[in-house]
Amino acid sequence: METRILDQFRAIVGDRGLISSPEELHTYECDGLTNIRVMPRAVVLPNSTEHVQGIVRICHRERIPFVARGSGTGLSGGALPVENGIVISLARMNRILEVDFPNARVVVEPGVINLDVSGRVSPRDYFYAPDPSSQSICSIGGNVAENSGGAHCLKYGFTTTHVLGLEVVLSDGSLVHFGGKTLDTPGYDLAGVFVGSEGTLGIATKIILRLVKRPECIRTLLAAFPSTNEAGAAVSDIIAAGMLPAAIEMMDNLAIQAAEAAVHANYPSCGGLLLVELDGPLAEVEALMTHVNEICRSNGASEIRLAQSEGERALVWKGRKAAFAAMGRISPNYIVQDGVIPRTALPQVMSEIERLSQEAGLRVANVFHAGDGNLHPLVLYDRRIPGQEKAAEALSNSILELCIAAGGSITGEHGVGEDKKKMMSKMFAEPDLVTMQRVRCAFDPLQLSNPTKIFPTPRLCGEKPGEYVPHAIESAGIAERY
Amino acid sequence: MDAATNSEASGLRPALRHKFIALVGNEYVRAATAADAVGGVQPKLVIEPGTDRELVNVLLLSNYAGLAVIPRGGGTKLGWGNSPASADLILSTARMTEIIEHAWADLTVSVQAGCTIQRLQETLSQHGQRLALDPLWPEKATVGGVLSTNDSGALRLRFGALRDLIIGVTIALADGTLASSGGKVVKNVAGYDLPKLVTGALGTLGVITRAVFRLHPLPLNSRSFSVSTVNAEETQKLVLAVQDSKLAHAFLQSHFADDTPPVSDILFEGTDAGLTAQEAQLRNLSAPANISQASTSTWTAREDLWAFSDPAGTAIAKISILPANLARTMELVAHSANTHQLRWKALIYATGLGGLRLQGTAGSLRGALRTLRGELQGQHGSLVVLHRPGKMPAFDAWGMAGDALALMKAVKQQLDPKNTLNPGRFVGGI
Repeated sequence: METRILDQFRAIVGDRGLISSPEELHTYECDGLTNIRVMPRAVVLPNSTEHVQGIVRICHRERIPFVARGSGTGLSGGALPVENGIVISLARMNRILEVDFPNARVVVEPGVINLDVSGRVSPRDYFYAPDPSSQSICSIGGNVAENSGGAHCLKYGFTTTHVLGLEVVLSDGSLVHFGGKTLDTPGYDLAGVFVGSEGTLGIATKIILRLVKRPECIRTLLAAFPSTNEAGAAVSDIIAAGMLPAAIEMMDNLAIQAAEAAVHANYPSCGGLLLVELDGPLAEVEALMTHVNEICRSNGASEIRLAQSEGERALVWKGRKAAFAAMGRISPNYIVQDGVIPRTALPQVMSEIERLSQEAGLRVANVFHAGDGNLHPLVLYDRRIPGQEKAAEALSNSILELCIAAGGSITGEHGVGEDKKKMMSKMFAEPDLVTMQRVRCAFDPLQLSNPTKIFPTPRLCGEKPGEYVPHAIESAGIAERY
Repeated sequence: MDAATNSEASGLRPALRHKFIALVGNEYVRAATAADAVGGVQPKLVIEPGTDRELVNVLLLSNYAGLAVIPRGGGTKLGWGNSPASADLILSTARMTEIIEHAWADLTVSVQAGCTIQRLQETLSQHGQRLALDPLWPEKATVGGVLSTNDSGALRLRFGALRDLIIGVTIALADGTLASSGGKVVKNVAGYDLPKLVTGALGTLGVITRAVFRLHPLPLNSRSFSVSTVNAEETQKLVLAVQDSKLAHAFLQSHFADDTPPVSDILFEGTDAGLTAQEAQLRNLSAPANISQASTSTWTAREDLWAFSDPAGTAIAKISILPANLARTMELVAHSANTHQLRWKALIYATGLGGLRLQGTAGSLRGALRTLRGELQGQHGSLVVLHRPGKMPAFDAWGMAGDALALMKAVKQQLDPKNTLNPGRFVGGI
């Protein structure tokens, strides 16, 4: 990158806020999706909204694409740098600016770590609900970009449910505010569009979050089933009984083995393990837990355990949250997928995954948010064996195609990013994608903010959509083109 | 060329009307009557397409011809928003009423925009489920209408707004694009969240043709109570105490009026054991003498606010405040109503959203609304006028849109560049 431009960045953020030496830039060449790497031209670390505006204005003037980055834990390459672009790291903007208990709101900067929000408000018995597995290191800004979920979104919703307002720097450096501290601010729900837009619509510099009061009681049950089929049937019965658990998680045998090897969660050895968490008023939870217990038993659970203490409960969750990283214990390499299916399609999709796994000769471990149908198949492979990485990628894509065919989605919480953009045209029709890109053009007409992500086919703003094809009613002579 | 000028030039020539007839059939194109007027503007035609494709074709032809199109569902909230800059035709979803798929085991439903909320709820209840929303006039209000107006009631506290319940949408854009976004699974982050963009957009970006919602089970049992307080200060204390408690209430709303002390209603849902325990906890939060079984008016509170006999002397506003500003806001309302000699009544939810009814002369209503809007905006809130007397058509329904207005206009420009849909009815002249 030209010295002239680096000097301009340096003038804003100082020496310590600019990284341009190749050795240091290596840290930023990928996020949690490590098999694709692009070296950024520079990394700039702003300390304030004004800094972000200043940096983005330079990018706008010089037509330099930029990628915002939080903690870099994303699993879809959302924070992967783009060719000839810079990375804007929000890590230094990590202040909790305001805590308002009477209104149950907090205002934070994007670099604040997810778990730190709950940490800050827990003395008054509040928490911040979205809890991605990486919550001890991932940032709120990254959560906003990805619309992160977590195990408890079955009951509590996603990041978007909890973001009330945003301060955003658009790609021309201008500052705008979406939503606010109160609900239903007049105008379009731009906060709703921005959350989950994977950094393609601008950079959030302040975020107003909703807090949730901690429930009176939380109970976690582990049930061991012969296979995921029986576990899945129990999930359906729990839902059909009119319950809305705080979380329902499922792991198959391979995933259990890995979690045991990694954190010794003391899981029972079985074909399908179910973790059901209920929360709410004590009397309510106890009544419902009895019912859950009966449902598990009647679906063939061989062993049922209720976590007896907060320590036991934490251990149960530790095993689940460590499940991805635990794969390292049983396989040199793995691909994490994030497909979603209607919950009822689970048995059929599971047996298809099993078939594909055998055909490919690759093991697949399964960890699910079973309550909402979000699958995390982990395709295990060994990069050192020629052809196996390609085979693993192919298998992984076939699993996503299964999800689409079942009426589901290619991603439930990890985002499309770089990783799954080719799959977008299998899930959406061309007019759907063109419409989304028209929205993008309103926010970022020069396409400087994390370009090349999400959409399979880049389009210039103002570009006529494809070759002109007369509409049916024109062909029929009913309307003429003006 | 924008719709307003071009439609004058072209008029609604018989030839054009015949083209619409060719698209949807003779019986579904009729001349508009006075009953079809929107905000005092008289449209010329009412068209009722029967399918997404027909609707798209009507929209495309209108867009080509430079006509201003007003999408309409049940017509219950057609007066919300500003008067349209022009209105050539009403595009009605009255024939698009199908419940496409109630995937009850997956707790989702896919439904056409013209289906009424009541019919939807009746179908869902056959499997013990509901769309956890209590909008106004469900017997007439449609899926498309409640989405476009972002209507919500008391249940929002527990189950969220429409933005939290909608998981997929299909919209017809003015240029004939039929676009879907979201899907039919609850958890899905693929692509932009356009269901949220069109929710509350008052039909200015596209016409919603179908929507997919996540559902909730009907409660096993429920109990509701009313708690009386002596003044707004005490009401606020109660509301904040309940919100800060471990109670898992489904709703909490407070009634205020110029002639009666405040009353708050609270609803619990769940197992009998849970309900009994929560009732006991509630009794710890307030003096037992003040707590009674909730009356049936609890359930009709919102519609009661709208039950007025004098439209020329009544204004209804949706207000949004911080929950901890409840008492202060009610004092402002009382003070302002007093100054302007107005009768008033309000229903405020624990979310900080609420409805306010003011009654008096158009001149005093204008004065009071302006003052209140200024005050609420000054404390992070807003005031949107949903009904105003015919004598004050120019009073802006929306108030301040903030510094994102230019971006909102850019979004409108991208999706409806000829300003075909509901011109002038939304925020900032959109």
